[in-house]
Amino acid sequence: MLSSWPLLSVIIFLPLIGVLFLMLIRGDQQVVAANSRQVALWVSSFAFLLSLFLFWGFDPVASGYQFEEKAEWIAGSGITYHLGIDGISMPFILLSTFLTPLAILASWQAITHRVREYMIAFLVLEVMMVGMFASLDMLMFYLFFEGVLIPMFLIIGVWGGAERVYAAFKFFLFTLLGSVLMLVCMLYMYHVVGTTNIVDLTSYDFLPAIQFWLFLGFFASFAVKVPMWPVHTWLPDAHVQAPTAGSMILAGVLLKMGGYGFLRFSLPMFPDASAYFAPYIFGLSVIAVIYTSLVALAQSDMKKLIAYSSVAHMGFVTIGIFSLNEQGIAGAMFQMISHGLVSAALFFCVGVVYDRLHTRDIGAYGGVVDAMPRYASFFMFMMLASVGLPGTSGFVGEMLVLVGAWQASYWVAIFAATGLVLGACYMLWLYRRVIFGRAEKPEIQELAPLNNREYLIFVPLTILVLWFGVYPSTLLDIMQGAVIDLLEVSGVGTATQTALR
Amino acid sequence: MDFSQITFSAALPEYILASLSLVLVLVAAFSANQEHHMKGVRSLSLIGYALAFGAIFFVPEGRHVLFNGLFEVGVLGYYMKGLVLIGAFFASWLVSDGWGEGVDRPEYHVLIVLAVLGMMVMISANDLLSLYMGLELQSLPLYVVAAMRTGSLKSSEAGLKYFLLGALSSGLLLYGASLIYGYTGTTNIDLIAASLSEGNVSAGVTIGMVFLLSGLAFKISAAPFHMWTPDVYEGAPTPVTALFAIVPKVAAMGLLLNLCYDAFGDISMQWSQIFIALSVASMIVGATGAIMQQNIKRMMAYSSIAHMGYALAGFAAASEAGFASVIIYMTTYLFMGAGAFAIIMTMRRDSIPVEKISDLAGMSSTHPLLAAGMMIIMFSMAGIPPMAGFFGKWYVFLAAVNAGLIPLAVIGVLTSVIGAFYYLRIIKLMYFEEAEAPLDKGMERNNRLVLVISLGVIVLFFMGISRMNEAASLIALSAFG
Repeated sequence: MLSSWPLLSVIIFLPLIGVLFLMLIRGDQQVVAANSRQVALWVSSFAFLLSLFLFWGFDPVASGYQFEEKAEWIAGSGITYHLGIDGISMPFILLSTFLTPLAILASWQAITHRVREYMIAFLVLEVMMVGMFASLDMLMFYLFFEGVLIPMFLIIGVWGGAERVYAAFKFFLFTLLGSVLMLVCMLYMYHVVGTTNIVDLTSYDFLPAIQFWLFLGFFASFAVKVPMWPVHTWLPDAHVQAPTAGSMILAGVLLKMGGYGFLRFSLPMFPDASAYFAPYIFGLSVIAVIYTSLVALAQSDMKKLIAYSSVAHMGFVTIGIFSLNEQGIAGAMFQMISHGLVSAALFFCVGVVYDRLHTRDIGAYGGVVDAMPRYASFFMFMMLASVGLPGTSGFVGEMLVLVGAWQASYWVAIFAATGLVLGACYMLWLYRRVIFGRAEKPEIQELAPLNNREYLIFVPLTILVLWFGVYPSTLLDIMQGAVIDLLEVSGVGTATQTALR
Repeated sequence: MDFSQITFSAALPEYILASLSLVLVLVAAFSANQEHHMKGVRSLSLIGYALAFGAIFFVPEGRHVLFNGLFEVGVLGYYMKGLVLIGAFFASWLVSDGWGEGVDRPEYHVLIVLAVLGMMVMISANDLLSLYMGLELQSLPLYVVAAMRTGSLKSSEAGLKYFLLGALSSGLLLYGASLIYGYTGTTNIDLIAASLSEGNVSAGVTIGMVFLLSGLAFKISAAPFHMWTPDVYEGAPTPVTALFAIVPKVAAMGLLLNLCYDAFGDISMQWSQIFIALSVASMIVGATGAIMQQNIKRMMAYSSIAHMGYALAGFAAASEAGFASVIIYMTTYLFMGAGAFAIIMTMRRDSIPVEKISDLAGMSSTHPLLAAGMMIIMFSMAGIPPMAGFFGKWYVFLAAVNAGLIPLAVIGVLTSVIGAFYYLRIIKLMYFEEAEAPLDKGMERNNRLVLVISLGVIVLFFMGISRMNEAASLIALSAFG
């Protein structure tokens, strides 16, 4: 019965019904705010529950796309309304629907003005994110990919910190600049192939010389999104200025759009160019890993530190993707999901103390463990997961990426491993400075312990990080088929092997 | 003269407007109470536009050439006239009652009706003479209305500047027409096309075409013929600016489509190059010029220059897809402009119209719905999906890429990023800043309706894009077939 439902469409557009409800709420400010929170939370939780059906109904052995929906959109032009998921996009959809209610919970008390608009922005953001991962039509993909900018621009700009205007503009214009170059490439591909169906485009063989340019156009967009060094500079600004929930979604899901784009477009559609550019991307990624780790060491702002650590972790992702072998790509996928959970949790860790002390300056803290021991343990767990402690999800991803990178080039693996050491340095140091030490300031001794709402956010994240660390097959089984398909059908794997020889 | 049934029904919209203008002149002349009659005249003119719009559906199908080859009707004409009439309806409807600014006189509406009649003739012109006639019938009333804010130096300057530069451009156009007449021996567009397809392509014809197109580039304010636009937009009374922003450019684009693809269809190589240059220049001037503007009307002027640049990118493709893309682009342009001006004309503080961009500050807390509407329009103008503006750009650049003009498409998308900056600046003012002195509450019902209709089209465009694309392709096909 369920299979006959357009489940993906329902999940994508369900939050819009929530938006409609939000717009209809009447009453004074308090009532509107309280109701808006409830509506947004329940709608997004319901979307998450629905997306669990995707998880249960998904057949990891079957190749190709599942839950496919196809309908006429622009008649006679090869542009259709086409949705579907495979092992690569399904985990991301779950990640998005999982993080959205948590992000809404995280802003329960932090956001006090214009709550209704805030919740509308988050629900629209969810529509765009899920829609993007589920699109099997290039034009639809672009609509959702760009559409994300609108709510995120507002979330940073309206509810952000002191420098929010600069950060919002930088975020918007950087991303747009990359995207429009991708748009030209999409137009060219549509012109050549005559359809925007991603399945058909994947099976089309572009000439190597054309692949070269198309790859660069798509790279401009995805590299900004990931972000890769040297176009990462929007990320620290955006993260620092965004409200906690904005950072959670930004780090948790939006950065993954770049990695997803590489896996959905660059690798399968331009296999020759991917193999050709892989060494350059290794170079940029290694710089990202080492350089941003060093920069993170020097930060005095907690959010900025975690933002730079995101760039470093995403450097691992790009190394994994462009190692162009099964371990590397599966590792990159795993690392993206893991980073989505861990970085969201870390940003929430910052948010928890920021809500209490209203500063992100590391120097202002110290000895938090005395007042908030349970918080300290959650923070420690997430910090260690970010470092890649065995038993957490972070370990599996990094390990697989390193294995994959070793096969591609052991120098890359060695440099990337250095990044792991540096990562441990800055995270442990951050933890020591914030949590340990003597609580000298009275306001730190008086910090309120975690409340139930905050537990409600930490506990599911912790369980998932632990589960994926102990039993990674849950995810790997889902991804495996799609990753092998990606490597074999597109021939990107064989292209590399020849290129490496 | 053969005054058969077809002659009657084919030009029915024009007859309606022409007779309407005569009636209106009488009503205006015999009006004792000015304000009362202003309303009457305006209502009559609105009814006239609606009737003329309805009359389009009675125009016989297929291509017909009337009045000894001076006048033609065809699908392109139906569509563009429909757009022009919708735009004129919106622009006249937007004139709010307490607006003042010199446009609260009955003559205003009489002049606009005449200008719209000129636009209809332009679109239907099948001869360089009727083309020129239509163009001047359009321009002369517009010169007057630009200067209608009596007592305002800026308005007089706008009118004078518009008139002088307009006269210059008409001169260029006439000179071009005379060259073409000299080298092909005819002013009839069909005959020019026939002459050119026989291989009678000489330097004289090409030069004539360049002059002709330069004159028309002035009318659509394509750079480098855009100099008048910011001053006229700023100086003219705001309802007139709204009219300028919406209607004449649509008409001029319809004329250009007809002229280029019909008369000069065989030398598309030549005019395509002109349009590439105009398009690149307009996109760059429009995007960079708007950044520093403080006046929202000036900003809209640069924005419209940029939009013309994008539409001309579709022209430069010189293909069926390019033809269709221009039609789609102008459709989105019309609704974005109408929506934006519906809001701009509501901007008042203590009942006095204000037009600084910074006056929008904090609008999201004082006028939440209006701010949301403006935001959607701004994102649409910046070409951010899923708004209508994105689809306009998608088709225009698709046509450019199809024609192998990839560098043009790249320049286009890059300038659209620069352009996004100033559209975002308006959103920033409305949403990220607090109001110092809030604008007046309230919005006239007319403006609200225009805004709602425009927003509906902009937001739901992705649903109708299939029909839009089909219709535009059909029109393009008929022009090529």
